[in-house]
Amino acid sequence: MTTVEERLLPSAEPVQLIDQNGVRHEHPQYRLPADEVLVDGYAQLVKGRRINDQAGALVRQGRLAVYPSSHGQEACQVAATMVLREDDWLFPTYRDTVSIISRGVDPIETLTLLRGDWHSGYDPYEHKVAPQATPLATQLVHAVGVAHAARLKGEDTVVMALCGDGGTSEGDFHEALNFAAVFKAPVVFFIQNNEYAISVPLARQTVAPSLAHKGIGYGVPGERADGNDLAGLLAVLGQAVAKARAGEGPQLVEAHTYRVQAHTNADDATRYRNEAEVTPWLERDPIKRLDAYLSEQGLLDDNAKQAAESAAEQAADELRVGLMEDVSPDPADLFRYLHTTQTSQIKEQAAFLQDELAREEA
Amino acid sequence: MTHVKLTMAQALNQALRDAMRADETVLMFGEDVGALGGVFRITDGLTAEFGEDRCFDTPLAESGIVGMAVGLAMNGMRPVVEMQFDAFGYPAFEQVVSHVAKMRNRTRGKVRLPIVIRTPYAGGIGGVEHHCDSSESYYAHTPGLTVVAPATVADAYTLLRRAIEFPDPVIFLEPKKLYWAKEEVDLTEDQPGIGQAVVRREGADATLIAYGPTVPVAMEAAHVAAAEGRQLQVVDLRSLVPFDDEAVCAAVRSTGRAVVVAEASGFASVSSEIVARVTERCFHSLAAPIRRVTGFDIPYPPPMLERYHLPSVDRILDAVDDLQWEDS
Repeated sequence: MTTVEERLLPSAEPVQLIDQNGVRHEHPQYRLPADEVLVDGYAQLVKGRRINDQAGALVRQGRLAVYPSSHGQEACQVAATMVLREDDWLFPTYRDTVSIISRGVDPIETLTLLRGDWHSGYDPYEHKVAPQATPLATQLVHAVGVAHAARLKGEDTVVMALCGDGGTSEGDFHEALNFAAVFKAPVVFFIQNNEYAISVPLARQTVAPSLAHKGIGYGVPGERADGNDLAGLLAVLGQAVAKARAGEGPQLVEAHTYRVQAHTNADDATRYRNEAEVTPWLERDPIKRLDAYLSEQGLLDDNAKQAAESAAEQAADELRVGLMEDVSPDPADLFRYLHTTQTSQIKEQAAFLQDELAREEA
Repeated sequence: MTHVKLTMAQALNQALRDAMRADETVLMFGEDVGALGGVFRITDGLTAEFGEDRCFDTPLAESGIVGMAVGLAMNGMRPVVEMQFDAFGYPAFEQVVSHVAKMRNRTRGKVRLPIVIRTPYAGGIGGVEHHCDSSESYYAHTPGLTVVAPATVADAYTLLRRAIEFPDPVIFLEPKKLYWAKEEVDLTEDQPGIGQAVVRREGADATLIAYGPTVPVAMEAAHVAAAEGRQLQVVDLRSLVPFDDEAVCAAVRSTGRAVVVAEASGFASVSSEIVARVTERCFHSLAAPIRRVTGFDIPYPPPMLERYHLPSVDRILDAVDDLQWEDS
């Protein structure tokens, strides 16, 4: 018999299987993922980092309006999708571009939101990736609905719902966990706690012992992991997904990570934190430690590293080439998708704009 | 012909029942809609007939209810949710405005949300604070929402069936003071669909434009006016979005005079929108400025004062008298 606390409370310390020096640690509850999974994960991390940095550069070149980077959080981004099946769903936020791309969504379609030619550029049904949510935590209740529908249809799909530490203060975070628990919906709520909501530190969001502890209030098991340790994340998230799939209801996972860059290029992080706080986190980098571990184990030679880097470079190239292409969104699209059957009012307004444009051209 | 005498509440219940029988993806959920059958009994017996998976109670949280409906609709269901009272729907406002209304547009039509948000709305029942709001203007102002308000028993049935079959989200406003109004109806009879206004009473002298709870008041006013020798036409909008410009303008052009009757506060409202758009389109047919009879620009009053706030037959007749009649 396990007590309520044992069932619901997270580990005393965030689960870590490979530390920042690349040293492996045994864990009583979680096993290190298979070698090939970690090698594949390494390549995805390298690619994710390259995409983050390329997107940042494209903002400076005026090809993207803005880019909230997950630089430093790539282990979370990649792990969230690596543990899913093709028929599972991912519910991402605006900071989860890398996660969406690693799910297989076309990178250019992923970035229409940030390029500014359309709000959501990909077909959510193609890879089972919901549109990126900007209003914090609002997508979490949608995730519950999708999961509940799957359950009603007798499907064993699982929904991975992402949010940040700031999002946990929103009412919808609470409502989503509560609804999911009551309906036993197969959702894994995955919080990337990167310590900051734009400028506001975690201490101003909560005084809970950890965000994973919040699960107990809803009867949802919580767990926490080192958010920069891909191995630990894969083990913890993998187990959470398996439990949700097995009908054990929703699971809550908190990753402890850090937003090493500013909120976006429009933000100035020096106004609210100092360099001394950031530096140690650079040492905890997810790529560096996995590189060290895999190299030490002889699982990653120069050739393999080179292959990962050139694949990443190719992804960056595609991003660059794709976003350097000028696009001219069709003004008629402003009206085209609002309703299944256009109302007379919208028809009138579409005609007005078309006429105005025709007169401008003449 | 299958004429039956039904209340609006019973007609709504029948509409839900028939929709759930016709399509197993139709789900009904909200607060107290299960065993209790809803505080107004609109969902009476649905859990018994269709089971807990089809008609169910949720935790008491409106944002969660509407947000869950979004997810269910994304994954193949047709959710119908009940906001227990108009003003209880406000916690769901962000979900309605940021997701329900925008999803189709933001995904270029890839994600469609056939959701119906049923809301017992407006006043006239002696309800205490937060139970009698007319919230239609918030929704009508939000692009992407279809907003419907039946005023008759037959329409309650037809419009709810149509709303549930509708491919896009519908805000379905049920005038709670009309829940117990009884009518002889034939539910198999085809009524006009969403987006169509109807003329409830013909009259050549002036047009009363009403919707939801004010339609019977306008009808009563027209009845009284007829006894005094003035023939008032009554238009029932039925649907606020889409707005039936064609029918409303045709009606106003036929009389040259109009009064808009609505319970909601008049400032920046559906009623002001009606005046603006009818004036823009029918200015040269108008013999007088369009008048409005609306609630005051105040929070909905306590029960003992609501009669001072609500549009009345006398106020409507006074407004009609004010339409610059040449022979008076």
